[in-house]
Amino acid sequence: MNKPLRRVAIFCGLLILALLVRGNWLQYAQADKLRTDEENRRVAIERYASPRGDIIVDGEPITGHKATTGDFKYKRTYKDGAMWAPVTGFVSQAFGATQLESIEDGILTGNDDRLFFRNTLDMLTGKNKEGGNVVTTLSGAAQKAAYDGLKKQGAKGSVVALEPSTGKILALASYPSYDPSTIAGNSLDTDTKAWQKLQKKNNPADPTLNRALREIYPPGSTFKVLTAAAALEYGLYDDADSKTDSPLPWTMPGTTTELKNEGNIPCENATLREALRVSCNTVFGKVGSDLGNEKMLEMAKKFGFTEEQFTPVRSNASVFSEDMAPSEVALSSIGQFNTAATPLQMAMVSAAVANNGTLMKPYMVDELQAPSLDTIEKTDPEEMSKPMSAETAQTLQSMMETVVKEGTGTNAQISGVTVGGKTGTAQHGENNSKNPYAWFISYAKTSDGSSPVAVAVVIEDENAVRDDISGGGLAAPIAKSVMEAVVKGKQ
Amino acid sequence: MSSTTNPSPQHTSTIGAIGAPSRRNTELALLVFAVVIPVFAYANVGLAINDQVPAGLLSYGLGLGLMAGVGHLAVRKFAPYADPLLLPLATLLNGIGLVAIWRLDQSKRLQASSTFVEAAPRQLMYSALGVALFVAVVFFLKDHRVLQRYTYISMVGALILLLLPLVPGIGHNVFGARIWIKIPGLGTLQPGEFAKIVLAVFFAGYLMVKRDALALASRRFMGLYLPRGRDLGPIIVVWIISILILVFETDLGTSLLFFGMFVIMLYVATERTSWIVFGLLMSAVGAVGVASFEPHIQTRVQAWLDPMHEFELSRAGVQDGIVHSEQAMQALWAFGSGGTLGTGWGQGNSDLIGFAANSDFILATFGEEIGLAGVMALLLLYALIVERGVRTALAARDPFGKLLAIGLSGAFALQVFVVAGGVMGLIPLTGMTMPFLAYGGSSVIANWALIGILLRISDTARRPAPAPAANPDAEMTQVVRP
Repeated sequence: MNKPLRRVAIFCGLLILALLVRGNWLQYAQADKLRTDEENRRVAIERYASPRGDIIVDGEPITGHKATTGDFKYKRTYKDGAMWAPVTGFVSQAFGATQLESIEDGILTGNDDRLFFRNTLDMLTGKNKEGGNVVTTLSGAAQKAAYDGLKKQGAKGSVVALEPSTGKILALASYPSYDPSTIAGNSLDTDTKAWQKLQKKNNPADPTLNRALREIYPPGSTFKVLTAAAALEYGLYDDADSKTDSPLPWTMPGTTTELKNEGNIPCENATLREALRVSCNTVFGKVGSDLGNEKMLEMAKKFGFTEEQFTPVRSNASVFSEDMAPSEVALSSIGQFNTAATPLQMAMVSAAVANNGTLMKPYMVDELQAPSLDTIEKTDPEEMSKPMSAETAQTLQSMMETVVKEGTGTNAQISGVTVGGKTGTAQHGENNSKNPYAWFISYAKTSDGSSPVAVAVVIEDENAVRDDISGGGLAAPIAKSVMEAVVKGKQ
Repeated sequence: MSSTTNPSPQHTSTIGAIGAPSRRNTELALLVFAVVIPVFAYANVGLAINDQVPAGLLSYGLGLGLMAGVGHLAVRKFAPYADPLLLPLATLLNGIGLVAIWRLDQSKRLQASSTFVEAAPRQLMYSALGVALFVAVVFFLKDHRVLQRYTYISMVGALILLLLPLVPGIGHNVFGARIWIKIPGLGTLQPGEFAKIVLAVFFAGYLMVKRDALALASRRFMGLYLPRGRDLGPIIVVWIISILILVFETDLGTSLLFFGMFVIMLYVATERTSWIVFGLLMSAVGAVGVASFEPHIQTRVQAWLDPMHEFELSRAGVQDGIVHSEQAMQALWAFGSGGTLGTGWGQGNSDLIGFAANSDFILATFGEEIGLAGVMALLLLYALIVERGVRTALAARDPFGKLLAIGLSGAFALQVFVVAGGVMGLIPLTGMTMPFLAYGGSSVIANWALIGILLRISDTARRPAPAPAANPDAEMTQVVRP
């Protein structure tokens, strides 16, 4: 009987071999895939196993951590969570992570490959793993001025402030906001209820929406700055103070519709400076249709339109359409029709003017730090484009400064500081039935000629009477306090 | 089968056993390792979970050492020529299984479950009972051929054991499989584990008598020796019983195990490959046939093909009359997360598997905490047990012993394959346990008895032949003995 016995032995050997092969397949070939599967709860357990690194503003953490019971050892806490939520995003034991918390998760948890060597050392010396820090470019004072200003208005809105010479994001506020601390845990009683309350279907104000980066609004008259830049840059008009060829009333080409101005303002053949000061639709509408779709689109693209920006948190792409009829180009050039921009985008327009024509890539992460506070990665300012010459930029600066000195933007004046700005009141809805958005974009210039801050403010107020809304009335004071905060910080 | 005129190597091994060393000291040395390794693992778990050497370390070490010592002394006394590897292998697996069970007892997640009981103390008791049964087998079973007398009683006994889970009031259904019985006051029992041994005795006794008829009376067709119609009777009866187990107890593993064991023993008894072909065809027909109408089996197959889908159904709480379980996917994640070297004892999260983490799914805990390296080592330990079993069958001098040894080791190998393959997602999951490693009284007690019987057979096989008579003809007689 021994021959079949040997064969049975071989058969049993094959059974074991099949198991060994399967083991290697699972634990070697497929191991990484299984180990890092997001559904694998170990991934979340690992994420919350050690205190998470902090997000830092002005050298102070705006985040913290707290020990919890259960599977997850620590949860995230936030200081002034609602104010900083558009910067930090959230990290929640139950609902995952978003924005900066998600993008820099590797550094914050300490799992990043760049920390591998350090982690291995720590493991050998028996130290617990720690997360690294994310140092932001933001300014606490500017952010507070922005958020408090929006909160005082009590309307939905957003503020973005940039440092024009570097592209550093100084303020990034959105209102209404939410405190990410309330959803950081995984308690069904508190966190899940808070989470459900924040969802858009339960809360029409949509507090988790990051309006600074993820909402696009028709920019209205603030877009005229860009149109003026195109007029000067493409040589349609030579300077700010010569008469333009602007009839009044003006019928848009290819239509029988007259483009209206807001009220009875002196726009006939007005200079660019005068047209910007009183915000003439006719002058800039005609500039746009004279230049044509292609040139306007080219200029808009140079300022960053049509592209998503990564700060590294992604912003939506702002819109300027192609293949439009001349009348549509005219409307688009005064920030109506399809034109729509994120608050970040309009801050970039203002910053490029203030920085003498050079647009710097906006960013909010200055530095990534190891747990030991050593720098792992530092972000260097990067030139994004040069939408106009320094000369054009300086002409535009003087025009925007006129707007604040004696035009629609007088509410933004700061004593001892030169301020340039532009108001906007964007209409939207069928037959402009909805309440318009109030815009203000501006920059401040100190006595040495450098510009430390450029701001964009947008306010959407569905409750206010329509006439009351204008960029100068609602948005300019907020821009002013943000600029003041930055200028004061510099002194 | 060796020919009488041409002595082959296996023949010499039989003869060579004359005067062979007993290897009892080898066994003792190996047993020291088999006790020390689990003790280290135990200390490791305590250090990882509570940052201190567990308080029970000494008593655990002594307990395991005592069991090993008693087993060893019994073998030394009553089966001195038995295989030296089997006892250390079983002790090591049993000891390391206890550590894993104790480790899962420390899990906060499992403790939060309403059905949580501390399993390690019970398993220790079962292990002691198992070793006691092992000693009893070695002591009372002076010669395995005695079992031959109980061939038909074994058949009746096996049938009763297999049918018990179906008896209303005693039968106990756990997550769809009816392979347990409930004894009031004592807990639950998996009679299939004992039936495995009793059936092997029956098959061995029956086939030893019938093998010539089954092997010789056949017609040749297409290169295969086809058995006569009436000789097909036994295999068809066993097949039908396996199918009935599958249908009524809805357990693919038990069914496969018994049928597989029978086919292996039939093949060894008759040396006819045609039986294997028949066996494979019949099990394929049976499995596919039953799976086509049995929803429990279908779910198992679906969970095997797409464990992630089953996980999602379970998470979503889908109520369609079938128990959806996330265990299969959780087990795969445990294996994957362990990687090559594992997380280390006590540092994994295999308790996420939840129910049956310390029994059917215990291999996943090893996979996560001692990694691929550890799992391969465990599989090789099982392979060694099977190898020693097959070697015992080769060395046995009587056909009954050969058949019984190969039946027991074949069943053991099949069980390891079915359970480990199920947990690793190689084949659909079944409700059986890893011998010695898993929590479960029936399993550990029955497998100790199995090792006892194998040791008895190997002792008989390796025992020096009675002192040769002065007559040189006696030598001749031995050489021609089959």
